[in-house]
Amino acid sequence: MAVKVRIPTPLQRLTQGKEEVDGVSGTIMELVTDLDKRFPGIGERISEGGKVRRFVNIYVNEEDIRFLKAEDTIVKDGDEVSIVPAIAGGARQ
Amino acid sequence: MGYVSGLKCRECGREYPVDPIYVCEFCFGPLEVVYDYKKIKRVLTRKNIEKRENNLWRYKELLPIDGEPQVGLNSGFTPLIKADNLAGELGIKELYIKDDTVAHPTLSFKDRVVAVALTKAKEFGFDTVACASTGNLAHSVSAHGAKAGFKRFVFIPATLEPSKIVASLVYEPNLIAVDGNYDEVNRLCSEIANKYKWAFVNINIRPFYAEGSKTQGFEIIEQLGWKAPDNVVVPCASGSLLTKVWKSFKEFKKIGILKKLDTKVFAAQATGCSPISLAIKQGTDVIRPVKPNTVAKSLAIGNPADGFYAIQAVKESRGYGEDVSDEEIIEGIKMLARAEGIFAETAGGVTLACTKRLIETGKIGRDETTVICITGNGLKTQEALDGHTAAPHYIKPNLASFEEVLKKIGGK
Repeated sequence: MAVKVRIPTPLQRLTQGKEEVDGVSGTIMELVTDLDKRFPGIGERISEGGKVRRFVNIYVNEEDIRFLKAEDTIVKDGDEVSIVPAIAGGARQ
Repeated sequence: MGYVSGLKCRECGREYPVDPIYVCEFCFGPLEVVYDYKKIKRVLTRKNIEKRENNLWRYKELLPIDGEPQVGLNSGFTPLIKADNLAGELGIKELYIKDDTVAHPTLSFKDRVVAVALTKAKEFGFDTVACASTGNLAHSVSAHGAKAGFKRFVFIPATLEPSKIVASLVYEPNLIAVDGNYDEVNRLCSEIANKYKWAFVNINIRPFYAEGSKTQGFEIIEQLGWKAPDNVVVPCASGSLLTKVWKSFKEFKKIGILKKLDTKVFAAQATGCSPISLAIKQGTDVIRPVKPNTVAKSLAIGNPADGFYAIQAVKESRGYGEDVSDEEIIEGIKMLARAEGIFAETAGGVTLACTKRLIETGKIGRDETTVICITGNGLKTQEALDGHTAAPHYIKPNLASFEEVLKKIGGK
């Protein structure tokens, strides 16, 4: 069992159209770094200089990581991570 | 030809052509209009501005249109009132009220942004305009859109107060009352904006629409005799107005209209919805979204889109943020009416009450010049004062009955 990562529509081009991909456990930034290895280019769309971009929201099990430990939030196998552009108003894609 | 060279992402700097788009495809940051300031500097001078009509289009080179203004030809240029009574009550030397309670045609600063948005919508060739709103914006889109001959779709939460619904309906837009709260209405509108080719003023027209707020700042400078104030206090919902007022001051400096700019910008919020002022007080750039709970409904945005930029404007100008309780907001409304004869909506109460606090805590100096932005009319939110005003004196239709009351009042 891995971490489930939901990919928003504008980034699905980079995941060959997949809405959901597997991620590795660890911090959010470790998860993003790993995603970028498998889906080149996705890292810079989500983050810049080790920080999640200001207009990208990340939720772990429905909770905004800004209310957890931000980029240092730990995700483990079985957790669900959603990446949501802020312009969607927090709605699920 | 206009003076706009394109759109640019505020976050990553990627450039885009002038289109009804609002978000960067790469990093999802908001897009902003880019002007050719060198060209503007040559035409937009104090002298030229002073020769023009008294409306917001007197600064048209710094607004994002290509042709001539088409909507809101009577909007803007509201009074800047020297508020000596209020200054006395607050114990400061010089206070001015930028009074958008008398904005044309719907009595709030939204008449500025909608004038610009609908002119741009005409240029883009749209025949339908739309918005999601709980009040002021709905009224302005309904009214300006009627005059300009647009089909209009206005989306509101179904639970809105009847008086606010009537104030839109009278202009006969298609008023869509959604069974959901404001956030849900907004989300739905994002989906509709993707599917239908309409000009949603606060979605796909947002980069242009938001620029209209700058006119409030331009007018303050001009009406102060081409000077910037020491302090300006601006109410914050999304944070856009504050960001644009600061931008307007900087633009006037950039094109040489202002010789000196040393203004501090202050953000005013209700404590029941204060993500921006809280972040400023805590010294962080991170906005923590909140669930709003305040009488100041027109400011109740829990996840403010321009919050980050509002914080930057406050920091850059060495201002501060303040927030006040519902009781202070009501008292602020009453104080403004009592002292200056101006009836503002709840946001005005927020601005005045925050100003009072900022003076008391020394953030605003007593010998300085301060301008407060009063953005909407109190007749729209009368229910906020239920139980907070005195009762009338009821009498019989005869002189004796009147004089009995007069004695009680202490008139004679």
